Amino acid sequence: MLISRVVGEIVATRKHPSHEGQKIFLVQPLNLDGSNRGDALVALDAVGAGIGELVLLATEGYSAMTSVGRPNSPIDMAVIGIIDQIDVADGPPCPFTPSK
Amino acid sequence: MFLGRVVGCVWSTVKQADLQGQRLMIVQPMTPELKATGKRVVCTDATGAGAGELIYWCRGRESSFAFLPGEVTTDFTIVGIVDELRVKRG
Repeated sequence: MLISRVVGEIVATRKHPSHEGQKIFLVQPLNLDGSNRGDALVALDAVGAGIGELVLLATEGYSAMTSVGRPNSPIDMAVIGIIDQIDVADGPPCPFTPSK
Repeated sequence: MFLGRVVGCVWSTVKQADLQGQRLMIVQPMTPELKATGKRVVCTDATGAGAGELIYWCRGRESSFAFLPGEVTTDFTIVGIVDELRVKRG
């Protein structure tokens, strides 16, 4: 799983039927120092997250499609949790501000 | 999934039998700010996307699930055409 921030939303009329009725987010994966970890990704929402929220991102097919309840569908990423707090034992305190 | 733009297509006559009739599109990965990023890839298409359209595509084994119950040999498939993008970076 990756720590990510929801940075946007996609509206799509023509899409695979398994994506109907799901929110489609643009999520930016983050490093523990708060910097961007590669490019933003597209993920379906399984938990009712919103734009600006810090979330957990599943980046593998089986976990993504089962979390949104659509087995055997073309879904390889899903938002599967909203992060409240992150504690790291070593190093400086985590710079994340969860939500909003 | 990944955001991208269709920039072309690939024609292939000799190919895996289950790829017959599949459109093979060249896709440029894009950032939410619509800047090109990374290298272009070839995707099968489950949506009927055309050149220039903003799309999102799926990676890996799941990308062949777009064609179920058909079995298509693919590892990248376009699964949606983007109508509107709402981006809000803090």
